Amino acid sequence: MALPERRPGTEVRLDSQRYDQLLRRIEALEATAAGAIKKKNKLTIIAWGGELDRIWPTTILATTAAASGMDSSVFFTFWGLFAIVKPGVRITGDNWMQKMMSAMNPGSAQKAKLSRYHFAGAGPTMFKKLADDHRVAKPEALIATAQELGVRLIPCQMTMDLLGLKRADLLEGLEEPIGAATAIAEMRDAAVSLFI
Amino acid sequence: MSTTVTTTVDARGQSCPGPLVELAKALKSASSGDLLELLATDPGSRSDVPSWAEISGNELVEASERDGDFRYLIRKA
Repeated sequence: MALPERRPGTEVRLDSQRYDQLLRRIEALEATAAGAIKKKNKLTIIAWGGELDRIWPTTILATTAAASGMDSSVFFTFWGLFAIVKPGVRITGDNWMQKMMSAMNPGSAQKAKLSRYHFAGAGPTMFKKLADDHRVAKPEALIATAQELGVRLIPCQMTMDLLGLKRADLLEGLEEPIGAATAIAEMRDAAVSLFI
Repeated sequence: MSTTVTTTVDARGQSCPGPLVELAKALKSASSGDLLELLATDPGSRSDVPSWAEISGNELVEASERDGDFRYLIRKA
């Protein structure tokens, strides 16, 4: 709708029809604004991958967001859960399938494999050597920093049950396990949400 | 509001996100209006520190570079 020309210092006259149109537009805008989801200054990451080259960016981004004063949370599901298993916890699960899964996915960020360039463990060793040379913090150190900075680390209840991981198998200081709906609620109000 | 540096954070040698993490930790114990000095060698800090300031709402007062050493002055909001 074209508005009447407006010059500084001059009176603007609206006929009643245009006045009504304007009022309706304002009401429509107000209704849209009221229904919009209010986003928080918040980062939420769904940590699906437990590999070194996934868990590393996950922990870097979550930590940096918290260091920037943002709310920051990470929801660990599927292979991501193995990255928050306590170091030293070996075989987990109640049956042979879960036990085999844990044998194939040694727990803790320290033991995370590379998705490519793994070379039976030589790849991660090289990566970590390079990280030390460049003084890049490793994922296990970043997880500790994340906790120190108030990043909320949240395990997924359903995948914990599926993979046979108990609360005691996972790191200390995690949030209570949650489900998909709570994860969506986390993402819904986050200005930035990622799936890594 | 302080015009002298109250805290110096020496993050020289550390890579992303080390300098920002050190800065955030130092900021926790600082008061509003305090002037903090961040020393870094990570070239990524040239873009990262201004971005951090924008997100966190703290003021980047000054940024300078000398022979690959970066120095940032940050005022806590």
